[in-house]
Order: sequence, then C-alpha cells, then structure tokens
Amino acid sequence: MTETIIKLEDVWKIYKMGEVEVPALRGLDLKIKRGEFVAVQGASGSGKSTALNAIGCLDVPTKGKVFLEGRDISKLPESELAQIRGKKIGFIFQQFNLINTLTALENVTLPMIFQNIPSEERMKKAKELLEMVELGDRMDHKPTELSGGQQQRVAIARSLSNVPEVILADEPTGNLDSKTGETVIKFLGRLHKEKKTTIIMVTHDAGLAHHAQRIEFLKDGAIIKSKKRK
Amino acid sequence: MIKDYFVFSIRNLRNRGLRSWLTMIGIIIGIAAVVSLIGIGQGLKVAISSQFGDIGTDKLAVMASGGMGPPGTGVVTPLTKDNVDKIEQVNGVKNAVGRLTRSGKLEYNDNVAFGMAASMAEGEDRKLIEEALNLEAGEGRLLRDGDSKKTVLGSNLGEENAGFGKQIVVGSKVFIQDEAFEVIGFLEKQGSFLVDNIVLVEEDDLREILDIPDDEYDIIAVQVSPNADMKAVQENIEKVMRKERGVKKGEEDFTVQTPQAILAQVNSTLFAVQLFVYIIAAISIIVGGIGIMNTMFTSVLERTKEIGIMKSIGATNNTIFSLFFIESGLIGSIGGIIGAVIGISVAMGLAFVGRMVLGSDLIQADISVWLVFGSIFGSFLLGSIFGVIPAINASKLNPVDALRHTK
Repeated sequence: MTETIIKLEDVWKIYKMGEVEVPALRGLDLKIKRGEFVAVQGASGSGKSTALNAIGCLDVPTKGKVFLEGRDISKLPESELAQIRGKKIGFIFQQFNLINTLTALENVTLPMIFQNIPSEERMKKAKELLEMVELGDRMDHKPTELSGGQQQRVAIARSLSNVPEVILADEPTGNLDSKTGETVIKFLGRLHKEKKTTIIMVTHDAGLAHHAQRIEFLKDGAIIKSKKRK
Repeated sequence: MIKDYFVFSIRNLRNRGLRSWLTMIGIIIGIAAVVSLIGIGQGLKVAISSQFGDIGTDKLAVMASGGMGPPGTGVVTPLTKDNVDKIEQVNGVKNAVGRLTRSGKLEYNDNVAFGMAASMAEGEDRKLIEEALNLEAGEGRLLRDGDSKKTVLGSNLGEENAGFGKQIVVGSKVFIQDEAFEVIGFLEKQGSFLVDNIVLVEEDDLREILDIPDDEYDIIAVQVSPNADMKAVQENIEKVMRKERGVKKGEEDFTVQTPQAILAQVNSTLFAVQLFVYIIAAISIIVGGIGIMNTMFTSVLERTKEIGIMKSIGATNNTIFSLFFIESGLIGSIGGIIGAVIGISVAMGLAFVGRMVLGSDLIQADISVWLVFGSIFGSFLLGSIFGVIPAINASKLNPVDALRHTK
C-alpha cells in the first residue's frame, strides 16, 4: 500500500475583513498518496488556493491539522515552514512568479542557493532542468524576454530544483493560451510518469483537471465530490 | 551563501541605478567633508606644531594689547624701552630685547609690495632675535652691526615670480618706504608666511624711515635663564609689567606669551573650527542615513511580491533580512568609499592651492589610513543601522500576502 504523503484533517481558514469573518476553508479533509497526480477543481472563491497554501506551508490554518509525511505542520514556526517549502515543496503559480531581475538560469538556481547547495552543483542542476523543459537555449534570458509558456516552463524547472516531494500547481495554465497550456500540462504529466513526483494541481478548468488521476471537487471550502480516472 | 547575497544586493542596487546614487549622495557629502576637513586640520596642526617646535622652549614674547591683533595697529599703548629694562631685571630672565614689526612698502623695478618690516637689534641682542625667529641666511648673509641701509629679505621675495617683474638678487637696490636699501641676503625658506615675506633692517633704520619714536617697541623678546621655571618667569614678568604700566590684574594691556601658550591657543581655535565642521558633517551623515532608510522602505514595498516569491521557494525570514540588510550596508559602504576618495582629493587639492597661494611647503593634507578606513567602516555601519528596520519589515512579511501583492 502506498503511503499517505499529505493529509488534511478538518482544516479551517478564516480571514478577518475588519469585523466580518470570512471562512475560506470549512473543515477540509483530504488525503494524498505518494506519487499521485490530484486535481482540485472548483469555482473561483471555492478555497482552492487557500487549500494549496495550507498544504504548501505558505499559510497556517486557523483550525485543523495538516500532515506532511506524517508530521503535523500546522503549528510550526515560520523558520521551519520555510525550510520545508525549500526542501520538500515545489510551487508553480498562475502568474509564473519568476524574479524579473534574474535570468532563467538564476531563477532556477535560487531555491538551491537558499538550501546552501554549492555553486557548481546548482549550476549543473539548473542547466539540466532547463534542458528538460526544452529551454536550453534561453537560459540567459530574463523573464521579460520569454513568452508566457516559456516562463511557466522556467517556473516548472525552478519548482524541481530541490527535488521536492510534492509539486503544487495553482492554475498553472491560467495565464496561457490553450496550446501553450497543453505543452505545460504535458511537462507536468511527464514529470508524474517519469519521476513519480506527487502533483497537486488546483484549477477551475474541467478540461485541465482531466489530466490528473483523481479529481477532488471543492465548493465553499470543503470537498463535495471525488472522482477517480483510469 | 553570503557571497550570493552580495551578488543579489549589488544587482538590485544596479537595477535601481540613479536612485541608488541619489541615496548615496548624503553619505558621500558627509564622509567627503569629514575626511577632507580632518585631513586638512591634521595637516595644519602638524604644520603649526613644527613651526613652534623650532623656536625653542626658553623664550617668551611680550606684546602690547590683547595679543591677537597685529602689532603696530595703533590702538594699543606701545611697549617702551623702560619696559625692556625692567623685564631684563626680572629674576630668571637672561636677556630681553625690544623689537619692532611694522607694515611697510617695498619697491623694486617700479613695482610696489606691502609687507612686514622687522627690526634687528644691535650687538648680543641680535642673536636672541635670530634664535627667536630661527633666522638663517639662505643666500648672502644676515645683518651685522653697522649694516645701515642694508636689508635681508624673506625667501619668497627673492623668487623669480615674486611680483616685481624682475628677480631681486643679492646686491639689488630696493626702496623701503622710499629709502634706498641694498639687499645683502635672503633668509632660508621656513614655510612660515610671515618670515618668508619679511623685510629685515637695522632698528635705527626702521625708526628713521617709519618715524617711530626712540622709546617705542612692539614686541619684547625674552630669553629665560637655563634653570629658571618658565611659568614662574612668565608670572614675574606679568607682575613687573602691571606695576610698570599701572594696570590691575585682569586688565592687562599686554600679554606674555610662551610658545606653548600660542600653540595651545591656535590648537583650540583649530579645534573649534573642526568641531563646527564635524557637527555639520554629522548632520549630513544622519540625513544620509535617513535617506538610506527611506530608500530601503521603498525597496521593500516595491519588492514585496519578490519577497513572497523567495519565501515560497524556501527563503527564511533570516535570508530576507540578510538580503536587505546587506543592501543597505552596501549603500553605506559604497557611499563611504566614494566620499573618502572625494574627501582625499579635496584635501590634497586644498593643500596644493594653499601651498601655491601662501608659498609654504608646510601646508600638507595629513590623511591617515585610520581616518580612511574608519570613515568607510563608519558609513557601512550607518547604512546597516538605518537598514535594520526596513530589513525586519521585509523579513516579517507574510508569504501569502506578499505573493498577492501587485506592483
């Protein structure tokens, strides 16, 4: 039996907007096994991103527990969360979120710098990753000199630089046209197949969600339906 | 890792281009002011000390008035021959000689210059003046008894470009207050503006051409006996002079100056000037520091999203803090280095101009390694200190909020 890598237990996230409390997650339960490719599908405002942030240690839940490899991370201090993000999690964002002043190569090396990887090793690794996403010839370009699809591929390469346990993708094709989106999703698929990386992707797009093995439907901050494919 | 942070910080400063430079200007001006003025001030101190060091510690000077105004300006009760005699009788005084120093007109080759003319005394007393002023012949010879209508000039007056259209040489005929004098020698260059431009003549000649009463003196040079206590002799002279001139203690119309006292006075004036400059420089540096803080706050705001990105890919609060902290420290250090370079250049330039204008080799900028590195380190510290709060602000940003931040 494959081990559970991520488990959310009755997770609540409540935002305070002045006097009003807005719950984004209302008792979310989710289990993800190692090597799974899961899509979390939901409409805008359903709490997808909030759920992803909680899994990715970017945010701590107001209530409930988040387990990563059996360890409760919901109460950890920021310094430890940052370490977990750096070592075990790779983020892919809708807006790519590359640093515009750095070249593609430097963007990919950045997470390795934060993990104290020696200069030579990280350069070698970053080059390999950029070759893998077929950007070997654009390494010294800044993000502004790359197309959206190319930027997102740089972001994928960056997310892989520290060999993460989990890739978290937040609407990875949201800012791309359908054709480029296809290429990007193709890379994610390959990653899952070839490297057995656990991927959690949130999207509102049903077409995109169908690339995953399992789709969890989110509404009003809780899972309402689960659907297995293949 | 720290090396990588430095590379990032330098790149960020470069990206901000003009704004980085503008931020540094306050620091640059402050440090340039500190370095150049301390450099010049130290140089002046060295120059002044070396001037006084030559005179020797066994001599005093008695002057009419409060002492700071040039002698012979007329508003003071002049010293008299009687004063000289009375001082000579004071315990511990070996010798006392009256001197005259007056402004006068020197003419050569139909060109006129105004300067200080000073008298030489006769006989044994001549030696005391020579020692007190550290006079030595650079060319020709010094004045001797019986050298009537002869003159010895300061070294600057014998230079090719002294302003007379033609160089004055030994044997030239010059006019002092329209009286003809023969130049018999030039003094060794001293680096003192006064001595290098002086006109020395015999006392009788000076009295004659400037119509000075026989009884009047401007300065009394006093040589103290080898074993006497300088301080006690000074007090005794003051006592005798008060009685002689009929003034009360605290209302003296004369001063007795020792070389040390003059040195101390000059030093304290110099210190006051330096203190003033330090205060201005300090204000400039603090304003510069606040400029750094302002820039760093802006930078944190502008790069909020970038901070969020870095946190999402594993940057800890410490990392973010270090990045911004190093950046502000760098602004300080670079500003400090540029300021120090400008300061050194200004000090050297001013000293050069001073040497040209005053014709004295003694004016040198004295810039110590300590001063340069101290000011650069100080500006690094300043940048760091003013960068602490913005850096803390940056490090404390919540990653999710920071990521959501749009420029």
